[in-house]
Amino acid sequence: MTSPNKCRRKLVVVGNGMAAGRMLEELFARAPGGHDVTIFGAEPRVNYDRIMLSPVLAGDKAFADIVIHDEDWYAGHGVDLRRGDKVVAIDRAARTVTTASGASEPYDTLVLATGSDPFVIPVPGKDLPGVVTFRDLDDVEAMLAAAGRGGSAVVIGGGLLGLEAAAGLAAKGMTVTVVHLMPILMERQLDQNAAYLLRKAIEKRGITVETGANTTAILGDGKVEGVRLDDGRTLPADLVVMAVGIRPNAALAKAAGLEVKRGVVVDDHLATSDANIFAVGECVEHRGACYGLVAPLYEMAKVLAGRIAGEPVPGYVGSVTSTKLKVTGVDLFSAGDFSEGDDNDEVVLRDPARGVYKRVILRDGRIVGAVLYGDTADGSWYFDLIRKHADVSDMRETLIYGQAFQGGGVLDPLAAVAALSDDAEICGCNGVCKGTIVQAITTKGLSGLDEVRAVTKASASCGQCTSKVEAVLAVTLGDAYSAAARKPMCKCTELTHEEVRERIDAKTLKSVPAVMQELGWKTSCGCPSCRPALNYYLVAAWPGEYRDDPQSRYVNERVHANIQKDGTFSVVPRMWGGLTTPDELRAIADVADRFKIPTVKVTGGQRIDLIGVRKEDLPAVWAQLNASGLVSGQAYAKGLRTVKTCVGKEWCRFGTQDSMGLGVKMERLMCGSWTPAKVKLAVSGCPRNCAEATVKDIGVICVDSGYDIHVAGAAGLHVRATDLLGHVDTEEDALEVCAAVLQAYREQAAYLDRLYKWVDKIGLDTLRAEVIDDLANRRALYDRFVVAQRAVRKDPWAERAAGHELHEFTPLAKLAIIPPVLVEV
Amino acid sequence: MDVSRQYWFDLGPLSSIPKRGARTVQVPRREIAVFRTANDEVFALENRCPHKGGPLSEGIVHGRKVACPLHNWIIDLESGDATGADHGCARSFPIKIENDRIFIDMGVAAAA
Ligand code: SRM
Ligand SMILES: Cc1cc2nc3c(=O)[nH]c(=O)nc-3n(C[C@H](O)[C@H](O)[C@H](O)COP(=O)(O)OP(=O)(O)OC[C@H]3O[C@@H](n4cnc5c(N)ncnc54)[C@H](O)[C@@H]3O)c2cc1C
Ligand code: SF4
Ligand code: FES
Repeated sequence: MTSPNKCRRKLVVVGNGMAAGRMLEELFARAPGGHDVTIFGAEPRVNYDRIMLSPVLAGDKAFADIVIHDEDWYAGHGVDLRRGDKVVAIDRAARTVTTASGASEPYDTLVLATGSDPFVIPVPGKDLPGVVTFRDLDDVEAMLAAAGRGGSAVVIGGGLLGLEAAAGLAAKGMTVTVVHLMPILMERQLDQNAAYLLRKAIEKRGITVETGANTTAILGDGKVEGVRLDDGRTLPADLVVMAVGIRPNAALAKAAGLEVKRGVVVDDHLATSDANIFAVGECVEHRGACYGLVAPLYEMAKVLAGRIAGEPVPGYVGSVTSTKLKVTGVDLFSAGDFSEGDDNDEVVLRDPARGVYKRVILRDGRIVGAVLYGDTADGSWYFDLIRKHADVSDMRETLIYGQAFQGGGVLDPLAAVAALSDDAEICGCNGVCKGTIVQAITTKGLSGLDEVRAVTKASASCGQCTSKVEAVLAVTLGDAYSAAARKPMCKCTELTHEEVRERIDAKTLKSVPAVMQELGWKTSCGCPSCRPALNYYLVAAWPGEYRDDPQSRYVNERVHANIQKDGTFSVVPRMWGGLTTPDELRAIADVADRFKIPTVKVTGGQRIDLIGVRKEDLPAVWAQLNASGLVSGQAYAKGLRTVKTCVGKEWCRFGTQDSMGLGVKMERLMCGSWTPAKVKLAVSGCPRNCAEATVKDIGVICVDSGYDIHVAGAAGLHVRATDLLGHVDTEEDALEVCAAVLQAYREQAAYLDRLYKWVDKIGLDTLRAEVIDDLANRRALYDRFVVAQRAVRKDPWAERAAGHELHEFTPLAKLAIIPPVLVEV
Repeated sequence: MDVSRQYWFDLGPLSSIPKRGARTVQVPRREIAVFRTANDEVFALENRCPHKGGPLSEGIVHGRKVACPLHNWIIDLESGDATGADHGCARSFPIKIENDRIFIDMGVAAAA
């Protein structure tokens, strides 16, 4: 209608960004000269590579380097570029657009390519000068100006943009803190293991990372001065960068009455609800998805260009996306779906020495996702396999080594090691090659793994190469070598429990992802056997510091009650040393009445068990018991259970010491502790031993001259009488020795080993030397125990009765409504 | 009767279930366990282990599986099938997530 040239149609493009630019390139390649093109850009400049703003901020590139279409390009294609003029309205009936400057332009075809708006969290102070987003060149210039003045910057958001901004600002000399709401960085693109490595790399640049941190206000008088977090802390800031996400910029389309959900809704040919108007890029919503990366936009641009050129093109079907982080020195790639897997459908490779983590996720023999950190060379290869839905079952064994590795048959590991040259590296952590190991074995006459570790250090660090070192032993010694029966913790690692514990200590590993990465775990998230063990080891190693992971605990420890076969629970309050009072008994009776608890039983541990409590009732039962001074008996815990006592000197005609009193003191000292397996004590007042102390983990037998300390008894699946550890003269010493034994057990034993199993492993003499002969060591163990106990001095029942982890005890929903189908029948 | 009809019930926000955790939903005649994996996938199974009726909602969630708290059978969250050498199946219910809220389809349950 209003075309100036009657065979050329009038194309108007709103937004001069990456999608628009690519669409026009594709269009001119297909139908040169077919359209009169006018393009409006709100930014006062030509089209540039927005992705490259990060290198511009970091100072690695100048604006000129990132221009995609210069003035000549627009002129050469006869494009009328109206930069710095924003379109403010569309008149669909008249087919015109109006701009902020008041200009009006008619169209036959209109393309919306308005991109996204950075999301600004609605906190007080968000409009203060010094608060910027990270979207266009103006933002970068504002950041560079602030960086020129030095000082500190807080970047809110630990995603791709936030981290690139943080790295850039740090490179420019600012003191940078990244504040991220989620527990891990880039949680949408990474799993916890890659995020752990990323965090290490970011922190290495001097950037402080605060995860799980919620911003509640931006502070300042006239300009930004700080950021307030919800834990009450204030971080000083001269610059605040908001990089918490983007929202499709669909306001214009919405005002024009086009269908808009999260973005401008388009069909597979990028048409909006108005057949003359198309949309492309980040502003669209296609099949429910919005994108924030260029690859999908380029695919859309191609489809749209074909459509406008009038060519029959296949529609756009949506994209699988992949991410790379553009921070120098950080190699990271992720693509597709990487939901937590298990060993059936994932392949994991870790190289702690090089800081490499690779994980490929499979479903039905096809790759559905990949996360790579530290070595991303094969990223595009995996990405291609994902997009093609290629069947990779045949490559599964070697898939993780990458494209270069394909084609070779699967090698016998022994043959593979035999074939290695002498200078081939076996242990990456310590840089030990095969020749060194072979030489050590032959010249020093080594015969086992431990010796090789001691002499050469091979496999002494992360332990991942253990099987290779064993193969070298086997190849070198032939039949003379028989591998000692090492029992790895589980199928996720080659290390034994004890080896893992030593390394947690030696390498100061303080989180599960840190352990898994630095010790080369073979799975991404562990399994039900190693997760509770690692959680315990970290609790024991870093008391008060490590945050317990309830989801890695067995139900009893998570809900602080013992599950019964019908799904109800039992509740066992402490009765210190087996002593009780009429008031306590009344309280127990009242609770049993009020909550209609079906069974009340005296246990074998000298206390009372309330059995058959419904889960929803637990917090109320505990609250009522608490009110009468009764606390959790930890009958559910891998921790101190009971301290049984006999009557002792107070009443008994044979009693030699105050066994009841000592038992109560023991129980008060030790209750609440977490241990590798359950721990039971008993104190008997004389060798007649009515408290059965000689079948307890730790047993004290009072004698005239003092106290005999016994250890390593049991009366469960395995009945084992205790061994006498030693004799002490005073009650204080008895308490100190027992606590020192318990602490040594806590620090050294394998998860789930009862105390006697651990003593059998290390030898009674070793333990005796540690806690009886070496007084300084005994004292140190005792002191560490007391420190650890400080972290657990809260009654878990009281915390839960007060509402802690309420979600454990209440159903998510009760659906009483009967669906109509029942009525229809 | 049209058994394919769906009845979606809103169970509340995703965040009300801990990652690698579960909550229960009570409906007439049965209890349902709703699981959330580390990667925010959500699955619903009848809260009865095919072995001896253990409450699956109390188990340790790993990957897309849960270990029954009573005798450690490993149940696939998606299908409800026991894995490994064990045989049996816990009934599963369709779940969808919209705007970070969890919806369960009780149509099948009602029809059964
Ligand atoms: C309640 C109680 C039986 C009773 O009514 O007397 C009991 C009940 C259970 N015992 Fe026990 N044991 C009880 C005293 C004992 C004793 C006697 C003692 O402590 O003096 C022993 C032998 C002593 C020992 O431990 O060496 C005992 C050896 C076991 C064992 C075998 C442990 C072993 O290492 O061989 C198990 C199985 C396990 O822990 O894996 C076990 C496990 C259990 C469990 C936790 C089974 C389970 O996993 O669900 C039972 C929990 C019931 C519940 O919900 O309360 N129970 N259990 C006793 C609670 C004591 C308390 O007050 O806390
Ligand atoms: C710092 C940074 C780093 C990035 N890194 C990567 C990366 O590594 N990999 C990757 O794939 N992606 C990356 N992205 C994302 C990528 O840049 C975007 O996906 C892409 O630019 C979107 O293209 P678009 O054309 O849809 O929107 P844009 O490129 O934003 O273009 C939209 C344009 O429209 C203009 N506009 C809006 N409304 C109007 C109006 N009413 N009138 C006139 N003009 C208007 C805007 O001013 C803007 O210039 C990055 C983004 C940023 C900001
Ligand atoms: S002996 Fe067996 S049946 Fe009895 S309480 Fe202990 S574990 Fe249960
Ligand atoms: S009831 Fe679940 S394993 Fe036995």
